[in-house]
Amino acid sequence: MNGFDLLIDLLSWALILAGSAFLLIGAIGTLRFPDFWSRLHAVSVTDSAGMILLVLGMILQAGLTLVTVKLVLIGVFLFVTGPTATHAVANAALVSGFLPEGLSRPALPKRKAVRKKSPAKKTKATTKTRTRTASKTRKGGTG
Amino acid sequence: MGALGLVALWLLMSGVYKPLVLILGAISVLLALTIANRMDRADGNNYLAYPISVIAAFRYLLWLLVEIAKSNWAVTKIILSPGSKSRQNLFTVPVSCKSEIGQVIFASSITLTPGTITVETEDEHFIVHALSFSDDDMDALADMDARVRAIETEARD
Repeated sequence: MNGFDLLIDLLSWALILAGSAFLLIGAIGTLRFPDFWSRLHAVSVTDSAGMILLVLGMILQAGLTLVTVKLVLIGVFLFVTGPTATHAVANAALVSGFLPEGLSRPALPKRKAVRKKSPAKKTKATTKTRTRTASKTRKGGTG
Repeated sequence: MGALGLVALWLLMSGVYKPLVLILGAISVLLALTIANRMDRADGNNYLAYPISVIAAFRYLLWLLVEIAKSNWAVTKIILSPGSKSRQNLFTVPVSCKSEIGQVIFASSITLTPGTITVETEDEHFIVHALSFSDDDMDALADMDARVRAIETEARD
């Protein structure tokens, strides 16, 4: 039993240390990368690998208790809210016209065809998809 | 179903099983359910009915975790290698998922894997930003799209 406990302890510390390493790598990336768009990707390393490994390590430390249930819930919520927040920031940048250097917003194949037919129709379609996008983001945040 | 989930959540989160706390919990569950029901009726949409298969979704989650690990390693290598080698790209990805929850899962999965971020969501296309774009990325995203479509049980729109 003692050996088993030691093994769990070692494993959990390995996971926590690895998670911390990924947090550090994310921070280094945030400093090293040149612009807003690439820095978003550096942060997502912290968001995914760092968070998952740290929560797993803490779950092994807590064992089969109520704390584990709470940790799992925290992990699930971060798993859902992380990409939602990243998407919100990136979408805000795109909508306000802040594009990566040397790149332009790609034309959407379907939208293009509608624009050729009549300009009035196009604005209508755009507002419709805007509200759809908003409702999706909201759902992702609460779900 | 929702009531059972809320009761289980309360019991697991509180950990204190005294009569007063249990009564307070029961009141909160009833209140939350009443509000949720009223909001559903006002909205005219039942957001609790998700057309996905739970077992398939769980299998997808395991696959996604492996993908996250792989792309984490790729981004870590880019961060730690000297000189910036990032080839950024903005491109459109076709989406075949019909249900809203399927599209949400696909968009979130793209953002969760480091190296790619869903920037804009339209009905049949997403705009995705990639840190270091390669031609395999389109195949990988199409594969992910097919896997998300596989966990949808019915098309609801």
